[in-house]
Amino acid sequence: MTDTVVTEPSAVVAEITPARPSVPKRGFGSRVVSAAVSALPPLAVFAFLIGLWYALNAWVVRPKFLLPRPDQIISDGFMNDLTRQQIIDGVWQTSKVVVTGLVIAAAIGIAWAVAMSLGTWIQRSTYPYAVILQCIPILAIVPLIGVWFGYEFKARVVVCVMIALFPMVSNTLFGLQSVDRSQYELFQLQRAERWTVLTKLMFPAALPAIFVGLRTSAGLSVVGAIVGDFFFQRGTPGIGALLQTYARVLDYTQLFAAILVAALLGVAMFGLFGLLSKLVVGRWYEPVK
Amino acid sequence: MALTSPATPSVATTPPGTLIDFRDVAMRFPNGTVALSGVDVNVRRGEFVTVVGPSGCGKSTLLRIASGLERASEGTVTVNTDRIGFVFQDATLLAWRDVQRNVELLAELAGERKNKRRAKADAAIELVGLSGFEKHLPKQLSGGMKMRTSLARSLTLDPELFLFDEPFGALDEITRERLNDELIRLFVKQGFAGMFITHSVSEAVYLSTKVVVMSGRPGRIVKTIDIPLPMPRDPDVRYTAEFAELVGEVSHALREGHA
Repeated sequence: MTDTVVTEPSAVVAEITPARPSVPKRGFGSRVVSAAVSALPPLAVFAFLIGLWYALNAWVVRPKFLLPRPDQIISDGFMNDLTRQQIIDGVWQTSKVVVTGLVIAAAIGIAWAVAMSLGTWIQRSTYPYAVILQCIPILAIVPLIGVWFGYEFKARVVVCVMIALFPMVSNTLFGLQSVDRSQYELFQLQRAERWTVLTKLMFPAALPAIFVGLRTSAGLSVVGAIVGDFFFQRGTPGIGALLQTYARVLDYTQLFAAILVAALLGVAMFGLFGLLSKLVVGRWYEPVK
Repeated sequence: MALTSPATPSVATTPPGTLIDFRDVAMRFPNGTVALSGVDVNVRRGEFVTVVGPSGCGKSTLLRIASGLERASEGTVTVNTDRIGFVFQDATLLAWRDVQRNVELLAELAGERKNKRRAKADAAIELVGLSGFEKHLPKQLSGGMKMRTSLARSLTLDPELFLFDEPFGALDEITRERLNDELIRLFVKQGFAGMFITHSVSEAVYLSTKVVVMSGRPGRIVKTIDIPLPMPRDPDVRYTAEFAELVGEVSHALREGHA
């Protein structure tokens, strides 16, 4: 214990110094090693699955063309100019539907959740319908969407919006309502208006949850676009229409190539929003361990 | 400016220099819990009043009534200032704002211009000894530094009355004692009156000019004890017989109130 009565900044520094953000500096070599170690388990699983695939093709599945080998999928599916062009065009069309649907679902979902967070009565009167919307089997109403919106781009987008809306609404609402009570009171003490509380406190606090919603909805929107393709044959067909065509003509190497690309599109969307989330909220967000 | 915020209008006159005056205040929550009953407390200019009591005795409720976050169900609360600072149990920093912008928040909510609130924030950051950490985000700060940021944020209001709801309860003892000294330094330098909630008897005696001891639920005031030790406090005063005697007196009152 010191004899000084008033502790001036010298004492403050003593407390502060150890808290300086000190990321341990590691060499390039050790970072490469640790990256390799963390990539090893999924790579091992990948190798195992590919091995299993070859084994199934060699000894189990008959006739063999029902499960073409990975190298056949690459050589016949992707190295074939015609198929490759068809798949690229399909992915481009599907991506346009997916992104349009997702943007609309996000806009409606966030606006709806914000409205619900501003008025309890809005939440009480409308949230049940968001839940009901989520519970309607999408396949049951897709034909109706075709009748109402035509069998082209617009109808495909509507399917995406229907399927991607609920995760946006529920995640945004959860985020807006997860604001710390005393932080809310801090604003209340300054007599802040609702809109100020929303823009300066609730919305920024909800951003991590909104990105969780976006990631979930992006994957669902891909599903929606493919489902739309199955039902709506007019307009420019996307990857879903290709899947149907290839299945119908029993061209399984091309079918597998298209399935692979459709799956990768979903993964890419998920990854894209994960990356966006990291860029926007990763700087400050600290998930609870 | 006088704000009277209670069930009945203020009739009794308050002594000069009184910033907040509780008269016969009771608090009954809708679920039937009686948190406070017949509480009389006042805080005058130059005073640092600490309220100690067992958990659940309603001492935080008292502070929430003082700040206007809750309304007393009975009695009168007279507040004679509109410059009230409130420090919560946790630092309540906005995670997406750095220290500078967190400290600017209250001035920003009051609609002050950017350069004016920037100047206020700089001064407050300097006061709590966080200069050089303006660009740090809350997740990069220790618990003590977060609390300093929270203090700085309230200091931008230049409060006449500063309310503290167990602000150092979650900190380790060394940090806590250091922040106690910082708080006393600010109290002497800035000249605000303080109303501080804690359940630590030694913290109460060390910080205050007056300690108010409350009983268990429903919280009543058991005893009010003046602390005649000189301000600013010498950290070594903790090891004097006089300090020990005062701690003993507060502890006795707490035990009586609990029985």
